[in-house]
Amino acid sequence: MATKLPKVPIVIVGMGWVGGIIAAELTKAGHSVVGLERGKSRNTQDYFHVHDELRYASRYELMQDLSKETVTFRNSDKQRALPMRSYGSFLLGDGLGGAGVHWNGQYYRFLPYDFEIRSKTIERYGAKKIPEGMAIRDWGITYDQLEPYYVKFEQMAGIGGEPTTQPNVGKMSKPFPVGPMKKTPAMKLFEDSAKKLGYHPYVIPSANLTELYKNPDGIERAACQYCGYCERFGCEYGAKSDPVVTVLPVAQKTGKLDLRTHSNVTEILHDGKRAMGVRYVNTPTGEEYIQPADIVILSSYLFSNVRLLLMSKLGKPYDPKTDSGAVGRNYAYQVNGASTNVMYEDREFNMAMGAGALGSSLDDFNGDNFDHADLKFLHGANIRFTQTGLRPIQSQPAPMGTAKWGAEFKKQTLHYANRVLTVAAQGSSMPYRHHYLDLDPEYKDALGQPLIRLTFDFEDQDRELVTYIAGKTKEIADGMGGTKTEIHDSIKQYNIVPYQSTHNTGGTIMGSDPKTSVVNNYLQMWDAENVFICGASAFSHNSGFNPTATVGALAYRAAEGIAKYIAKPGSLV
Amino acid sequence: MADSKKEPPHQPRDESRRKFLKYSGTAIGGVVVGGVIGGLIGANGKNGKTEETPPAQPDTGKPAQAAERDFNQALMFFNQDQFLAAEAAAERIYPKDDSGPGAKELGVAFFIDHQMASSYGLNGREYMSPPFYKSEATQGYQLSFKRRELIALGLDALNTYSNDKLQKAFPDLAPEDQDKVLGDFEKDAVNLKGVPASTFFSYFLNLTIEGVYADPLYGGNKNMGGWRMRNFPGNQMSYTNDIEKDEFVKMEPLSLSDHLEIG
Ligand SMILES: Cc1cc2nc3c(=O)[nH]c(=O)nc-3n(C[C@H](O)[C@H](O)[C@H](O)COP(=O)(O)OP(=O)(O)OC[C@H]3O[C@@H](n4cnc5c(N)ncnc54)[C@H](O)[C@@H]3O)c2cc1C
Ligand code: SF4
Repeated sequence: MATKLPKVPIVIVGMGWVGGIIAAELTKAGHSVVGLERGKSRNTQDYFHVHDELRYASRYELMQDLSKETVTFRNSDKQRALPMRSYGSFLLGDGLGGAGVHWNGQYYRFLPYDFEIRSKTIERYGAKKIPEGMAIRDWGITYDQLEPYYVKFEQMAGIGGEPTTQPNVGKMSKPFPVGPMKKTPAMKLFEDSAKKLGYHPYVIPSANLTELYKNPDGIERAACQYCGYCERFGCEYGAKSDPVVTVLPVAQKTGKLDLRTHSNVTEILHDGKRAMGVRYVNTPTGEEYIQPADIVILSSYLFSNVRLLLMSKLGKPYDPKTDSGAVGRNYAYQVNGASTNVMYEDREFNMAMGAGALGSSLDDFNGDNFDHADLKFLHGANIRFTQTGLRPIQSQPAPMGTAKWGAEFKKQTLHYANRVLTVAAQGSSMPYRHHYLDLDPEYKDALGQPLIRLTFDFEDQDRELVTYIAGKTKEIADGMGGTKTEIHDSIKQYNIVPYQSTHNTGGTIMGSDPKTSVVNNYLQMWDAENVFICGASAFSHNSGFNPTATVGALAYRAAEGIAKYIAKPGSLV
Repeated sequence: MADSKKEPPHQPRDESRRKFLKYSGTAIGGVVVGGVIGGLIGANGKNGKTEETPPAQPDTGKPAQAAERDFNQALMFFNQDQFLAAEAAAERIYPKDDSGPGAKELGVAFFIDHQMASSYGLNGREYMSPPFYKSEATQGYQLSFKRRELIALGLDALNTYSNDKLQKAFPDLAPEDQDKVLGDFEKDAVNLKGVPASTFFSYFLNLTIEGVYADPLYGGNKNMGGWRMRNFPGNQMSYTNDIEKDEFVKMEPLSLSDHLEIG
């Protein structure tokens, strides 16, 4: 029997960036919040021996334990979905801070175009430009509406970037609070080549602090040391902005956050119109608790957000056959795969040095910043050179066609270890009617509940995008003074085996139509006004950028909406 | 501590972490949400140790020399034949050459043995619940075999296959013949009671690379020999002063053991 706990005003499910931001904002405003996190607690002391590639990068020390729960996957509904038994295309967060602990900290606002993608596409190219089955939509919010919330995230996290932005991205009402990362010789090569071509390169805005910074909450943190162990690792300096060193201590200091780790939420309790609270399992003992609450906030990443709604039978499940219902629709990802390597026989670079967000990039071929009239795809990619710290297990650069093992392999990979620079693209991902999330009919988690099932593949749109954008990466790479360049310009099927990106989006998308979206532009659920569903699950498509700037901005907006809702219950729109 | 913020972070390359902590402690003083660094400095302070305590080993600025006996070089999982086959196969994947040691000298077979005895060998953090169906390549590994079972079976199969074809156990073959046998496994040309030869091969290949380049803590990459060949500096604490340099900076690598100084 589940133990019923006393009712609380607000319960948050999942304590990553999104849960942390909302907890901080609401507790600062004087509201009491219960934060439920299925994983363990964390602090920077845990990273004493974090510079261990095997443990953190190859064995996924900080990520979700797949033996307890995973996702199932198939390329189309003609296949049987099978579990992702090991990692993997994406790496799921777990424990206090979630994936925010082991992210890179590359920070990009989305383009104004992203939020009105459908109307702007039709306006410029006509409705026929959108291919059959592609489910792009306006988001129900504009860039200008979201802009102040980006500023909030930037001030809190101490984002470092150039003082002015390029003309082809959204305007900023306030500059970044600190300056950009240091520029390496390789970044200069990239920028110089891009500038010669007339493009607009800039140093990637960074959540790895570029200098000692005190944020508006009074949190003071040290600068990044360019240690080269960033993506997949926690930062022992607290220099990488993550929830554990920024928003969570602020929430805790108010005394209003009741943070419960090892608390795995399994159900949203509701009467069809309102949520009454949540059910959760205390994982060490297996005991079940019911936590009644006035407001339920889901911030458990898209897979759990969608899974909890479907398991709890809250909201209308998406049906791809009839294109009706909303929960689970518009799954999108990130289309990588366009890149060009530059090899240098005459010089070596300090590739072991780096930081998660260190690099330069440009948006001349992102969004609708270039003419798509004669192209067979929409949107585009951020083209970048990053220097995140090359570690030897994960990367052995060598020319194409080099043997995978043996004397030649050894010789070439040692020779090229510090002689290859990669110009790569982070491509946008458009939603399709047949890309979606639902519950797996067969596979179960450790508690016996259904796994979430992912049905997804790359489309012609993605293949065309990769080929075109790869040509641009080559153009830039060719001007970087190397001995030789090698282009990668094609992708085939989506394959869940190699790591690609943990930028999964969609499933509980925002919009202005309750029939096709799950939440309004405050991330308030249409079908249950006291439920807020937050995170990248609200994205209707994914841009050619990392998502967390927009995830964070939307979390600030949701927090504001929740406070409004507390003052005056009802629909916020 | 707090008044010296202006001092740039400074890390003499060859010095111990303890010294680095001292420097960076002054450099990043005033940290409110303390990282490990802040914590350690605090801990030192609490013990009243404002001066450095002498490190357990003489601080020569160089990583500790290999002890005369390496008690870590013993078997946790493989039998003798499996160990010898692993050692021979890993050496063909990553052979000794002019640039330096091969997998054998780097202790890679011990690394693999130890990994197979760990939770990784038992797929401890992977989803291993049934049912097991035949999969598409895009869906990844779907066998019920645990990693250590697959590796042991594959190593046994290397010997069986070599004996059948060339009348010798795998470690006794000439290097070219070993390469041919490995190539047959890689190409799935081997059919031994359903041993998934190419899956075994790719797992073994990954394990070998890991054994060459993982921190020496795990039994491979002996004396950081794998890192040295690549000029990989291991785990330094900071590159702030080097990151903008045009020239390639060679450093003596550091391993986790060099950082084992608990407040
Ligand atoms: C290796 C890597 C690199 C990345 N680099 C970048 C980057 O450079 N730039 C960028 O913008 N983004 C990056 N990202 C993405 C970024 O980390 C995420 O967008 C962000 O952390 C998402 O925050 P979130 O709070 O929505 O979700 P999460 O951080 O995933 O937090 C969700 C939390 O909910 C908990 N939870 C889930 N289900 C339950 C349940 N049933 N009950 C209780 N708790 C639950 C989880 O344990 C987790 O702690 C990266 C991600 C990874 C993995
Ligand atoms: S690169 Fe910088 S931010 Fe990243 S872990 Fe190292 S010190 Fe921290």
